[in-house]
Amino acid sequence: MALNDMHTEAVAGIVDRVVTRYRRDPTCMVQILREVQEACDWIPPEAIDRMQATLGVPRTKIEGVAGFYSFFYTQPRGKYRVLFSDNITDRMLGNKAMMDRLCSSLWVERGKVSEDGLVSIGKTACTGMCDQGPAMLVNNYAVAGLTAARIDEIAELIRNKVPLSEWPAEYFRIEDNIRRADILLGSDLKPGDALLAARARAPSDGLMASNMRSWREGLPTGLSGPISMLDEIKRSNLRGRGGAGFTTALKWEACRNAPLKAGLQRIVVCNADEGEPGTFKDRVLLAKYADLVFEGMTVAAYAVGATRGFVYLRGEYRYMLDHLNAVLAHRRRENLLGSNILGIPGADFDIEIHVGAGAYVCGEESALIESLEGKRGTPRNRPPFPVTNGYLDQPTIVNNVETFAAAALIALNGGDWYAGIGTRHSAGTKILSVSGDCERPGLYEYPFGVSIRQVLEDCGAQDTQAVQVSGPSGICVAADEFDRIIGFEDIPTAGAFTVFNATRDMFQVARNYVHFFQHESCGFCTPCRVGTSLLKNLMDKLANGAGSPYDFAEIEKLNQLLQSMSHCGLGHTACNPVLDTIAKFRPAYDKRMMQQDFTPAFDLDRALAAARQMTGRDDAAAHLTTETGGEA
Amino acid sequence: MSQTFMLDGKAIPFEEGQTIIQAASKAGVFIPHLCYHPDFKPHGSCKLCTVKVNGRQTASCTMRAMAGMVVESDTEEINAERRALTQMLFVEGNHFCPSCEQSGNCQLQATAYHLGMMSPHYDHFFPSRPVDASHPEVLLDFNRCILCSLCVRASRDVDGKNVFALSGRGIGTHLIVNAKSGQLADTDFTLADKAAQVCPVGVILRKRKGFAVPIGERKYDKAPISASVETEGR
Repeated sequence: MALNDMHTEAVAGIVDRVVTRYRRDPTCMVQILREVQEACDWIPPEAIDRMQATLGVPRTKIEGVAGFYSFFYTQPRGKYRVLFSDNITDRMLGNKAMMDRLCSSLWVERGKVSEDGLVSIGKTACTGMCDQGPAMLVNNYAVAGLTAARIDEIAELIRNKVPLSEWPAEYFRIEDNIRRADILLGSDLKPGDALLAARARAPSDGLMASNMRSWREGLPTGLSGPISMLDEIKRSNLRGRGGAGFTTALKWEACRNAPLKAGLQRIVVCNADEGEPGTFKDRVLLAKYADLVFEGMTVAAYAVGATRGFVYLRGEYRYMLDHLNAVLAHRRRENLLGSNILGIPGADFDIEIHVGAGAYVCGEESALIESLEGKRGTPRNRPPFPVTNGYLDQPTIVNNVETFAAAALIALNGGDWYAGIGTRHSAGTKILSVSGDCERPGLYEYPFGVSIRQVLEDCGAQDTQAVQVSGPSGICVAADEFDRIIGFEDIPTAGAFTVFNATRDMFQVARNYVHFFQHESCGFCTPCRVGTSLLKNLMDKLANGAGSPYDFAEIEKLNQLLQSMSHCGLGHTACNPVLDTIAKFRPAYDKRMMQQDFTPAFDLDRALAAARQMTGRDDAAAHLTTETGGEA
Repeated sequence: MSQTFMLDGKAIPFEEGQTIIQAASKAGVFIPHLCYHPDFKPHGSCKLCTVKVNGRQTASCTMRAMAGMVVESDTEEINAERRALTQMLFVEGNHFCPSCEQSGNCQLQATAYHLGMMSPHYDHFFPSRPVDASHPEVLLDFNRCILCSLCVRASRDVDGKNVFALSGRGIGTHLIVNAKSGQLADTDFTLADKAAQVCPVGVILRKRKGFAVPIGERKYDKAPISASVETEGR
């Protein structure tokens, strides 16, 4: 048999095994592609041939999905695929030096595959290890706290082709770094207690007039339990923790009241696609409090009448998959999942985990649902909204990890208890992911209403120039605003709290964020697809010294356009970091405004860099003297 | 009796379920658009048809008309933003109108004229997009693709073939064809397909029929694109 046929046969065997396990279900496309790649190191054309045949979907659909996600490769990559996290915090901790060190040690160029096909080294967006960076992913497994010595050891392991499973376990140890715990991070909930409390709170099991429609539609039990659970959520004033702050009870109620067609079911989705640079609280909640989160999902399912649940876990957290599946298996054994949960008639619910593949936009709920359905992660046209037409056109709630954890505690202790924590407008606590220039990065859970100043004091930040709250799509807070508070009435946040001291260049911070948005734009709508690239080019132009007041006006115009014309929040917020830093850190920009009048971004000398590299020359005669750059 | 909404001060009647652009076209009011086509499910991606509904901007091809809505479309502010979007579409691809077979029949070009676009304004991206001349009857010139996905929808929903799809992400989003080789010749695409007729620009070109109608006598040479609402709407 020719070598080629053997390869084809082996690949087909892998695909068949994976596809069978996913019941030949094309909605599991993202999971199937991920597992095929884990086995083949990339997604070879032969694998797509086989998927096309076994899944019965056109090739274009498979290639369209594979082409969308950053972590899927339809061209051969290395056997070891190293991606350095490139959040601003990784940069501040010296990720570039680490990457250069590994590249030169392994004789491979950044972004390329080594000639023997052994290793490829590149960059990726924030991997959620900002409190323990610089970090990297090796074949999608996280390695944090990199040092020069560790890089050298890793280079040696790769050179000796040591399988990842035989690398020292301590390389893969991820710290929780819980610095301040409150009701969530201090919870010692016994699995099942929240559900039992929700059940016990129901005044009776008799049919109630207010509950007639659920009875008619066959919602769990048709009893007062779900309604009284929903009432507790209402009373708690819980709002979504993913950033938008939508009132949780409204969302749940809309889903519960959405008409259900025959044969369909309601769906509960936990959004663990924690992609906002600087956020890592969901990682710890899932690593350490998975039961709390799953219990919250089950409470939600009970309240809205859902029977199927998903956790959409970001690809960067792939390393947690086995642990999470083990917790789910345990809950099934304890009858905390499955049918008639804890003996509550009709309480049927189970949870499966879908792993993402490197696409920030999938944190947007309708894009997330598309991805769950095995498609490209493009945000949907709305209305209709997911609460009525979500996963496979079924009523669906999508909530953040922390929202579900809070819901479990509300089920346990009641809505009034929860509403009494925090401020009048912002009930409960908020977990902040603190990183950047401070002595004690990690998780800090506070009742809402804590001031920026207090957090800075607690984490040991000194000489602080700015804090980026809620990541690039949030707001940049300057020193004169440090008495402002975390809360929906002042500074709402999804959790990121990135600290910059006086030595940091806020222009470079904004530029890093702009590059991030450009990389993560899904490409669906014109304004965001092209606008984020134009914005990136403008920021690079300023960085290259060709900026003039004209370019500032252009940035303002682009912002206006992205705000008004973009399809989703990614485009709406893509200009935020630039506008905030221009308004608050103008000197950082003025320093770059080298030109009085419009100057083209194109620089002939810079354009010749490729020629210099090819000819191996960098002497004075290989450079031009230009107006903008002087003699380079 | 049908209900109405207000579009630029004019009462527009609509039927239940109609989108703003559908009702407007029917009433003879032109709203610029590229990815919208009356025969296909709306896509809502080009954003050219964006209007202001009760003060909030939204794509008129996906927004259902509702009684009493106040919609602004033909205003200086919105047209300026549409013009910027058109400029973006020009610079992200490679559009050389004077030598393009579609000049005069091209909706992108005609829309640019309609909006008074005088220059591309932004720096060109000059992407590398090789053409696909493999098919005996049809040439694909990806340089002009604006990612409207009309060919994707036509092939999938009308022809039942899935010849086209979008792949990649962000600025790297691109059109692919349904063949392992990546070449149109290896698909079941034919000139008779609906997908062969819907490209609003000049990607899908019939071979050996170039310039059959001289430039100057083509569709939009005779009447501006805004006049096409007459035929599209009814």
